[in-house]
Amino acid sequence: MIWDSWSDFFNMGGYGLYVWGSYLATFICVIGEILMVKRSARTLRQQLSLTKESILRERKDEATS
Amino acid sequence: MSINWYKYAAPSSFYFLAGKLIPFFTVLAVIFLVAGLYIGFFVAPTDFQQGEAYRIIFIHVPAAWMSMFLYVVMAFWAGIGLAFNTRLSSMFATAIAPTGALFTFIALWTGAWWGKPMWGTWWVWDARLTSELILLFLYIGFMSLQAAIDDPRRADKAGAVIALVGVVNIPIIYFSVQWWNTLHQGASVSVMQSPKMATAMLVGMLVMVLAAWMYSIAVILLRARNIILERESHTSWVAELRGTTR
Amino acid sequence: MLAMRRQADVLITLFFFIIVVSLFPLGVGPEMNILRAIAPGVLWVAALLASMLSLGRLFSIDYMDGTLEQLLIAPSPLFLLVLGKMISHWLVSGLPLVLMAPILGIQYDLSLEALGVLTLSLLIGTPILSLIGAIGAALTLGVRGGGVLVSLLVLPLYIPILIFGAGAVEASAAGLGYDAHFSLLGAFLLVSLVFAPWAAAASLRISME
Repeated sequence: MIWDSWSDFFNMGGYGLYVWGSYLATFICVIGEILMVKRSARTLRQQLSLTKESILRERKDEATS
Repeated sequence: MSINWYKYAAPSSFYFLAGKLIPFFTVLAVIFLVAGLYIGFFVAPTDFQQGEAYRIIFIHVPAAWMSMFLYVVMAFWAGIGLAFNTRLSSMFATAIAPTGALFTFIALWTGAWWGKPMWGTWWVWDARLTSELILLFLYIGFMSLQAAIDDPRRADKAGAVIALVGVVNIPIIYFSVQWWNTLHQGASVSVMQSPKMATAMLVGMLVMVLAAWMYSIAVILLRARNIILERESHTSWVAELRGTTR
Repeated sequence: MLAMRRQADVLITLFFFIIVVSLFPLGVGPEMNILRAIAPGVLWVAALLASMLSLGRLFSIDYMDGTLEQLLIAPSPLFLLVLGKMISHWLVSGLPLVLMAPILGIQYDLSLEALGVLTLSLLIGTPILSLIGAIGAALTLGVRGGGVLVSLLVLPLYIPILIFGAGAVEASAAGLGYDAHFSLLGAFLLVSLVFAPWAAAASLRISME
């Protein structure tokens, strides 16, 4: 095992700030992108008045076809 | 088994196909991400030169690869859309751009956070960093041009021209930046001088590359679905989705 | 009428160039060693910006009064007409900068040889700016916020020209050879001379659809 303890893990041999700063920013970017795409999908569905049922029907249609 | 590819070239068919593919790629992305992070943080040993700071490369390298690769893919689909007048390929190019720009930004950001402890500075005008920055400008140019044009078909074609001009220019830009960099040997730093990477490091990085791939595919398909729905909102198949013609 | 418009364009571009170049000493300080070191870059960046300034008007006047539509259906090939537009853009917003640059270079205490190299590099480089810039101008024709958009599209593509243009002047100031810079600039000019009118013509057709 590389790490002796959790604090050792978070410390990253003194480079904690840089390692976690990179990973955190990437995480925020990726989650932000997903949320943005999801939100635009939702508003688009609302505008087109596509309901849950029609999305379910889409799935069913595909399964039968 | 033969698949009727032409069937999926129609936006409506692709819409359903993408809907079925997205969960698949999402699951793969999560699996590769967890595996890659596990290898990256718990299997890969400490680098004897860079200490633990090298663990940034598990996101930096995949992001940098994706940023460059996605631009080429984007230009390819945009070019196909321009040459053969296929709407779907143009929509695909539009869907790729934000993800490509995001990876470019991540590559720059993580590069800076790696450079600070390694070189003592957040930014150096190194050839790779500078080219990556210019790549971000190219993505932003493509997206702003498409956003500014109201007519979607014109936006597709105009975007294609600028993407293709960009793709022709990328090697020239990279070459000229490299030349410029060697001319100005200021802070001479060698980027990523890794004579032999431990196997676990390499495996971790490659798994993270796969994770970035799967994530990109999933999120691009998701965005492509949005674009298709938006552009095709007055067609009969969307109306059918709505259930009005039933 | 046309001549007067041209004259105004020339003056605006020229004064923009002069003002930008003259602002730098005020911002950086009058230290001659620093000014001499940054002179090639400052002059070249100012030239890029100045030549971009009038790109928005390259096609838009013809677009608004309907001449452009007639040009599109004219029997002569479109890329020749576009090439003519590019050349006239260079004559209005490139050539004056080339002629003005040595005088501004003196302000930055450049040597006589460096001044010569600067002028020559601008002479080869500024036509490329007009050629590539016309693609951006054609794409953003009639688009809202077109002026800012052109700079966003075109400036990244100008980078190689900036690097080799300013690089040639720097190399001569440092007493190094600059032949390679000139050959590369010349190669860029030839390549963009072949492809840019064609790409700009295609862009015009897209914008006029």
